[in-house]
Amino acid sequence: MKNPIADKVASIKPSGIRKFFDIVTEMKDAISLGVGEPDFETPWHIREEGIYSLEKGRTFYTSNSGLKELKVEICRYLARRFDVEYDPDKEVFVTVGGSEAIDAAMRAMLNPGDEVIIPQPSYVSYEPCAILADGKPVIIPLKEENDFRLMPEELLAAVTDRTKILVLPFPNNPTGAVMTAEDLAAIAKICVEKDIYVISDEIYTELTYRGTPATIAACPGMKERTILINGFSKAYAMTGWRLGYACGPEEIIRQMVKIHQFAIMCAPTTSQYAAVEALRNGDDDVRMMRESYDMRRRYLLNAFKEMGLPCFTPYGAFYVFPSIKKFGMSSDEFATRFLREEKVAVVPGTAFGESGEGFVRISYAYSLDRLKEAMGRMKDFIGKLPVQEGSESC
Amino acid sequence: MKERILAVLEKNSRIDLHDLAVLLGESEVDVANAIAEMERDHVICGYHTMINWENTSEEKVQALIEVKVTPQRGLGFDKIARRIYSFPEVDSCYLMSGGFDLMVIIEGKTMRDVALFVASKLSTQDQVLSTSTHFVLKKYKQDGTVFSSEDEEDRRIQVTP
Repeated sequence: MKNPIADKVASIKPSGIRKFFDIVTEMKDAISLGVGEPDFETPWHIREEGIYSLEKGRTFYTSNSGLKELKVEICRYLARRFDVEYDPDKEVFVTVGGSEAIDAAMRAMLNPGDEVIIPQPSYVSYEPCAILADGKPVIIPLKEENDFRLMPEELLAAVTDRTKILVLPFPNNPTGAVMTAEDLAAIAKICVEKDIYVISDEIYTELTYRGTPATIAACPGMKERTILINGFSKAYAMTGWRLGYACGPEEIIRQMVKIHQFAIMCAPTTSQYAAVEALRNGDDDVRMMRESYDMRRRYLLNAFKEMGLPCFTPYGAFYVFPSIKKFGMSSDEFATRFLREEKVAVVPGTAFGESGEGFVRISYAYSLDRLKEAMGRMKDFIGKLPVQEGSESC
Repeated sequence: MKERILAVLEKNSRIDLHDLAVLLGESEVDVANAIAEMERDHVICGYHTMINWENTSEEKVQALIEVKVTPQRGLGFDKIARRIYSFPEVDSCYLMSGGFDLMVIIEGKTMRDVALFVASKLSTQDQVLSTSTHFVLKKYKQDGTVFSSEDEEDRRIQVTP
């Protein structure tokens, strides 16, 4: 019998998160801090709009690139929030979550052997998507001493003649790092000089807790070389609606829509109608959720401080990324023991790239009560662990 | 900072000072001072507990009474409102726009209690022209809290990237 599986697909490693998922679902009274989605329900007025669209019988396909009124609202939002102008007819299309946009962008832009620079730790899908699109991933390990930002010299060192795309995953899952407008300007300059395209994954941008969120697409010379990816999952707590979007130069968007047209047809119609409502009347909901996450972020950082666990201060997404290096065990070992001994699930940093070694990701998409309970258990757990001599701490 | 303190306290008045200061990223002293000031200025008027009496063995009825009154020259509605809200049976009292003047909310042990109060204390006031009593049959939601017995469990997949 022939091997039914393509070599390329077989070469892709399954996500390292699976193991924890299996243990935690078996375990009674385990507390999970491993979730990568909001704990809030979608605000009712948005859900209600989805229900209304069903009642009205709006159950047909939309155009491939998405509902016109949604594309118009997306462009209005980007203009008012980030000062970037897109043409709703040609430069934006609606996807099934930000993930589809990442995949489509890589497939639309990469030729075999083209290099894709991926800073890590970062979301798990960039590397596999690059490989599936015949690209060659080039990993930049981000450093804690730089607050897990991408530094210009790190980028320069990774650029070769074959570099085509830089993935810019900020605010970052799993570290919570953000890039300020100044940080982005320095990266933008290199991208223009070296002729690199950018896939900017900005799905967490509304969850920025200091300063105004910025996009690299607003930097001089960048709009024509940036695919801006965003969506509704994180800002409006709409993960299950599966809705995102990509904006960029007309030619790239046209080719991405072609892939989308044959693979997906169109994003879910009900979700698109609900998303129009989200963009028109959802600002207050976003603010409320952001404030709530921000309080939990402060709570966790303070709890780590009190228990002597070093952690850089993240200003984005809903994750903290404390260092567990001083206990002299691997992230995986720490997370496994923490789960077995105290029944708290966290995700080892290595699930997001090798440079995540020595860290664990803790999500604060949970109620304060739950976080308190978990921090109590964490204090007990690290209290029993011997600290390695001469270990670094920050 | 005061608005941010109020936003938290409105939802959880039992939070301790230390936690509140951590959540807001402020010092405990500053938060304590701001709270004391708001108590003094009657911005914070109390720290009540929201109770769903339906889930206790205690019998209670609540009624919303629409009251039409004649306002008095120079005093408007305030004097008659004061005569009414001073009864301890009156839980809340609001001046309203629209078809009636005062909304009076009363809590009693039985419907008879409430009816007696309306008949003997409220309707007999000189300025009261008429009353219309509505009994609360079921509370679905109060002050932003849904009174439903079933707690929706966390349905999220427990570990996701």
